[in-house]
Amino acid sequence: MTKTARKIKIKAEDLDFYYADFKALHGISLDFYENEVTALIGPSGCGKSTFLRCINRMNDLIPGSRAEGKILLDKLNIYDPLVDVVSLRKSVGMVFQKPNPFPKSIFENVAYGLRVNGIKSKTDIAYKVEQSLKAAALWDEIKDRLHESALGLSGGQQQRLCIARALAVEPEVLLMDEPASALDPIATQKIEELIEQLKENYTIIIVTHNMQQAARVSDVTAFFYIGKLIEVDTTDVLFTKPALKQTEDYITGRFG
Amino acid sequence: MNSENKIAPKDMARNNKNNYIVTEEDSKGKNNKTISHISATTGINRRRRIQTLSFLVLRVAALVNGIALLVIIYFMVSKGWMAISWEFLTDMPRDSMTKGGILPCIVGTLYLGVLSILIALPVGVASAIYLNEYAEQGKMIRMIRLAINNLAGVPSIVFGLFGLAFFCIVLKMGISLTAGALTLAVMILPVIIGSTEEALRSVPDTYREASLGLGATKWQTIYRVVLPTALPGILTGSILGISRAAGETAPIMFTSAVFSTPILPTSIFDEVMALPYHVYVLATAGTNIEATRPMQYGTSLVLICLVMGMNLAAIIYRSRLRKRIK
Repeated sequence: MTKTARKIKIKAEDLDFYYADFKALHGISLDFYENEVTALIGPSGCGKSTFLRCINRMNDLIPGSRAEGKILLDKLNIYDPLVDVVSLRKSVGMVFQKPNPFPKSIFENVAYGLRVNGIKSKTDIAYKVEQSLKAAALWDEIKDRLHESALGLSGGQQQRLCIARALAVEPEVLLMDEPASALDPIATQKIEELIEQLKENYTIIIVTHNMQQAARVSDVTAFFYIGKLIEVDTTDVLFTKPALKQTEDYITGRFG
Repeated sequence: MNSENKIAPKDMARNNKNNYIVTEEDSKGKNNKTISHISATTGINRRRRIQTLSFLVLRVAALVNGIALLVIIYFMVSKGWMAISWEFLTDMPRDSMTKGGILPCIVGTLYLGVLSILIALPVGVASAIYLNEYAEQGKMIRMIRLAINNLAGVPSIVFGLFGLAFFCIVLKMGISLTAGALTLAVMILPVIIGSTEEALRSVPDTYREASLGLGATKWQTIYRVVLPTALPGILTGSILGISRAAGETAPIMFTSAVFSTPILPTSIFDEVMALPYHVYVLATAGTNIEATRPMQYGTSLVLICLVMGMNLAAIIYRSRLRKRIK
């Protein structure tokens, strides 16, 4: 990782987030670099998922919630009233904790994002679907049953299908909310290998409860605690020489 | 086993205390005893008896339903089957309805059922989508919901009077297929809205999130993901609605059904004969009530078969849909 080549893709500036009266995030300022994997770690309820869901404004769906502060995506403040949330979500894709394929065929799952974004040409769609499934390392396993239901796949395959589905609309950023927490160790390993490959082309932000996973897949790790960003550094440094005692206690498992 | 269960509480406490110390003896032979002590403390036999009893009550309750349906069907079939003939199903009534068939009633009921569902389904589904997916949950929505629930509780004769006053007189539709279908549609709206809302609620939010996360608009999400997933449930509502519409007498007796028509309806502004009303007429106002008894049962039997047939078709379609989704 050459430090000089690092380019900031997303910049959160003093972001507060409220669920009605409850303040869930306190003044988060955090940079995410292009083509790097940033892991958000911290105990349950620390706000890491809330923060992740601010980045594609998925939290807008929660009645009574509001965000204050800025998140800049390539210098564009995504909380600017003029921003079109629909196109924001197209460029900031999301993979959820539990695999959530639509009750449609494998092909239609991946084609969905293309269709809703107005792509009609059948050859274009077929090509994109194949590319996305290949990028998600799923193509070889399912190429003979593209038109079977996605719900018949295993959990790990479903999650890779969800990744393929997210990739099909060509996002720049990929948000992953504990993408492997519902999967067995082998499926988890496949997802982690996939993340390693995907960062060539995407900026990835991953929330994880699993510290080994954060250490394995990420370049930068940010530690959250009760709605605050406690410490952020390159993963190597954070896990070997954390600056704060609180971080050290968490990563060594002394509190959680 | 039983004697074990009757250990006095004091003894149990002592035994339990001893159980904390695991000796070799424990792991060899005394373990059995330990297990039965645990059973004794939780009253396993008593709980088992309660469970058996509860299941029995539930089973009987379910059986009563099945038996009730069987008795009704047996009654209808045994008294009505001799009235059923090809002529009965395909002919017009003759000799002041004491002879001939009930074709106009079958046709009328089919038209009324289909037409009312065609009107109520789009309106009901649209309302349910609005209430469940779009509307900001607040006082206004609570009021609308309350109104819908109350609409479901309005007696059908009141719908009949409303239909007569509003559709037939104010809107000048007269006694017609349209007026009856509209009245029935209003009556089955709450059923359709209720079951559609239920079906929409059962679509996991993760589908909505996944779709929105891919840059779909809210409408695309509803149209392409939520509605197809909810469709089998919506269909269940339509089944209930169409059955009710086909079977009701009161809402159509002022608005659309007539004692007798010489012709089959040729337009939606014609008056019609209908099966439930025909049964009512034969049984209460016919020229020779006793002589038409078999025809009354025959007509009822046809009505039941028609409603069940419609239900069956919808159920088959629904299970096909479910298979396609899975």
